[in-house]
This record gives sequence, C-alpha cells and structure tokens, in this order.
Amino acid sequence: MPIIQATGLTRTFTVGGRTVEAVRGVDFEVRPGEIIGFLGPNGAGKTTTLRILTTMLKPTSGRATVVGVDVDADPAGVRRRIGYVAQAGGTDGNCRVAEELILQARLYGIGKQDAERRAADLCERLDLTGLADRPIRTLSGGQRRRTDIALGLVHEPPLVFLDEPSVGLDPQSRSDLWTHIRRLRDEHGTTVFLTTHYLDEADSLCDRILVMNHGRVIAEGTPDALKRRISGDVISLTLGGDADHAKAVLAECPGLDEIAVSGQTVRLTARGGEQALVWLMRTADQAGLDLRSVNIARPTLDDVFLALTGSSLNENHS
Amino acid sequence: MSLISESSLIFVRQMRLSLRSPAWPIIGLFQPALYLAFLGPLLVSVAGAGVDGLPAGAAWRFFVPGLLIQLGLFGPLFAGLSIIADLRSGVFERMRVTPVSRFALLAGRVMRDTVVLLVQTVVLLAVAYVFGLRAPLVGLLLMFLFVAAIAVGLSALSHGLGLLVRNEESFTPLLNVAAIPLLLLSGILLPMTLAPAWLDVISRLTPFRYIVDGMRTALYGDYTGSVVVTGAAVAVVTAVVCLVLGARLFSRRHA
Repeated sequence: MPIIQATGLTRTFTVGGRTVEAVRGVDFEVRPGEIIGFLGPNGAGKTTTLRILTTMLKPTSGRATVVGVDVDADPAGVRRRIGYVAQAGGTDGNCRVAEELILQARLYGIGKQDAERRAADLCERLDLTGLADRPIRTLSGGQRRRTDIALGLVHEPPLVFLDEPSVGLDPQSRSDLWTHIRRLRDEHGTTVFLTTHYLDEADSLCDRILVMNHGRVIAEGTPDALKRRISGDVISLTLGGDADHAKAVLAECPGLDEIAVSGQTVRLTARGGEQALVWLMRTADQAGLDLRSVNIARPTLDDVFLALTGSSLNENHS
Repeated sequence: MSLISESSLIFVRQMRLSLRSPAWPIIGLFQPALYLAFLGPLLVSVAGAGVDGLPAGAAWRFFVPGLLIQLGLFGPLFAGLSIIADLRSGVFERMRVTPVSRFALLAGRVMRDTVVLLVQTVVLLAVAYVFGLRAPLVGLLLMFLFVAAIAVGLSALSHGLGLLVRNEESFTPLLNVAAIPLLLLSGILLPMTLAPAWLDVISRLTPFRYIVDGMRTALYGDYTGSVVVTGAAVAVVTAVVCLVLGARLFSRRHA
C-alpha cells in the first residue's frame, strides 16, 4: 500500500483579487521506504503541495491519504504519523537543542523520561552530541539544520517531509546532510519526501523524482530513467561566428538526434557522442567555422528539465 | 494529553525564554515607574483636599490602578510580537504540525504573559508603597485579579492579531493607535468625572474606564458596591471575548 496517495490535488489562492493556481491537479503515489524528491523551480507548487500533505493547507479540490489517513477527514491523525521540517526550520536561537527536542517529543504526548532518552538518541544519530545544551543561535548552519531535522523525528514517524533541506548550506554540510538522510531510510526504514530545486541533490539523494513545473507533475521516475529520456550524450559547441549558420552546417552530420542554439552555443544530442564528435569537428573544419570550445557530457537532470519545459532549471532559479 | 498539560508545556518553554532575557519586562516597568515617581507626587498636591472623583488623601490609590492598566496596555497588548517572530523562525509551524491542540499553543503563551504582568504588578505595588500607597489588603489582592483578567484578554487578542497581521512594521503602529486612546480614555491621570459630557460619553464606550474605576473603588475599600462589580464584570467579559477571538484566529487551518 502506498504511504502517500494524492489524487487530483489542486489549490488556488486569491492574491489582490487575482486567482493564482498554485497546484493544478497533482496525482502521485509514494511507496514506503522511498526517498522521493519534488524537483522544480521556485514557485512550481512544491511547497504548496507539501503543505497540503502535511495538513497545513486545505486543498481546493482532490484527495490525499498520508500514512493511510485522509488529510481532510483527520488532519490530527496525519500529524501524529508524520514528521515535517519546514524550509524556515523551526528553532528559536535562544532555546537549547536538547530542551527543544524534549519539548517537541512531549508535544507528541511522549512521557518525560522517554522524551529525554529520544532527545539524547537523536543528538547522537545526527552528530549533535556535545551541542545538546548549547543555545541554538551558536550552532553552525549545518548543525542548526540537523537540529531542525531531529525535531521532525522525535516521535519516530514512518514518513518525514523535508522542505528544501539543504538551502543555504555549504557543500560540506550538504553532503553531510545527505548522508544523514540516506541513513534515516537505510537504518530506520523512514520514508523521506523532500522538495528541492537543486539538481545534484535530487540526483544523488532521491530514489525517485517528481518533476514539478507550473503546478503540475510533468514527469516522474528514477534519476537514471529520467536521464535516459534524453537519448544519448549532450554535446555543446561554442563558436565565434554565426551560431545559426553553424547549426545549419552541423545538422548535416550523421547520428544526431536534436540540435538547438542558445547564444553562441550549439547544443546537440547524439546516441554515440564520441563518434558524432569526430564528424562534427571534421565538418566544422571543412566549413571553416570558428570553433572555440567543445564539451561532451552525459545528460544531467537539467537537460531533462530543459527538454520537458523548454527552460533550464538554473535559469529559472536565478 | 489534557489541555492543561499541553498548555503547561508551552508555558514552561515561554517562561524559560522570558527568564533568559528578562530585559523586556524590566523595561516595561520603567515607564509606569517614571510616572509613579515624577508625576505621582504632583497628583498628591493637586488632589489636596480632594476633587470630584478623587477623595482627599487617596491620590496614590487613585493613581496606581491607572499605572497597572498602562503596564497591561504596553505589555500583554504587544505580546503578539513574539508570535510574529515565531512565525518567521518556523517555531509556530513546527508546533502546529504536532497533535497538540491549537488552543494550548495560545493558552501557554497567554499564561506566560499573565505571570509576567502579575510579577510586574508586585514590583509596581511595592514601589508605590515606598512612595506612600496605603490600601486595605483585600483591595490589593483584588488588583491581582483585575490585572490577570486584563493580561489574559490583551495577550490573547494580541497573539491572534499577530497571526493576522504577520509583520512587526504594521503590528506595532496598529497597536499604538489603539493603546494610547484606550489609556487616556480610561482616565489614567485625572478622574473622568472632571470630563465634559462628550468626553465622558466616549470614555464610557471603552472597557478600561469601568475596569479602572472598579480597581480604584476596590483600593478605597468598597468591595461590594456596583462600581467594583461592574468593573470586575467588564474585565471578565473583555477577557473572555478576547480569548475566544484569539483562539479562533489560532485555530484557523492556515493561520
């Protein structure tokens, strides 16, 4: 049985008399023990969907069951069974780590001694030992984020939602956090549902990705399956001269699938990238094109996103 | 878990935070203490042999209830600022996603503000004693009941408004606009019995007029007269209405 089942979820907001459709009909399932990622640019509807699933927001229409409980019929029942770590985190700098963990456990109805034991366990699991009595404002970004996550785990939920877990962290803290998230699933069987606009995060952390754009899930699958949708390799040629002219010339080469121009760069996909590259270089030479640089790469999730939406996730973000 | 144990968990957390930065309650006391020290003695002279609504020799008993109202209007009424901070830091959402009742999240915070105001009241009454306040014990004890009702009402209302307004830049001026007229119309400095008819009428439209009159009469030693009873009734009704309003704002699905 899926641990999350969403059917036809929509959510509209009224902002200044205008109606904004943040989520426009989202259907998906999540199986227990998966690390699943909502990937999409800011404003794609990821957080809104997450807030519906965590009962923070009522859907305009559609249904969702989370850990077997209908979010609309029994929100309190859902809240008991899930952990939720918001993008903003959830800590006050003047509080202390253990204090807040114990309080959070007790808010879930856990007895005092049990709460203390769990707080100590979580500190150990998330490398917070020794920080238990520190005011939260004195922690580093990574430590603070791990505290947020520990707060979402005090009641040992089978499912935890993480909204943009690694935003604002340095690369070391990020990969560190990923290790902790993987361990959560591997050692405790926790299902992890996260949102991210980082491709590398979705790629290296998630078992399955739901690509979201403009309020819809536009693709889903494992990172590898999604990348296989882009057949072959991605070749980028940067030129000094007229890129459109170069495109016309290079399109004659055999073995190419798609060819597109963006700025001074011609982007091609080819099934056998290395062989195609030989042809391309030779053709470029013969036609006298001013070739400045060449790049060949396996497709990334960004290429997938580009193919699906016509815009790059990175451009979208910045 | 019962509502009481849920609320007390929140209360203990908030109280701990207050104790860690006690500066604000102390700063809050500063203003009424200044009035007490620098204005109170003048009032004693002005009152002299007594004016209408201010019996001879009762200047301090007249003055202190107004200062307690002031303490409430600039303390619990602004308590909602902390819920705005909690919204911003995600603390409030983190608590809202637990199965704890929404009312407990409000009640624990209101309890903290009430305790803080009661402690401030003790300090203010002690300072007033040094300056010359003498009142019967029952009257003094009644002050705490009035103050508790004021704290519950204003704090609950303020927390609810904080969730509604959601940013400090609008919240603070909004409350200042409300607090100053409420304070002046309660007749904090001079008895409203001196007021021209129009001012008296406006004053009677605000709850603090009745509350402050009730508190003064209690300090004069009349506990059962209609003024005290009316004042107490207005205080309790105001507290209940504000609490219900605050609770409603707290229990909205996406506050």
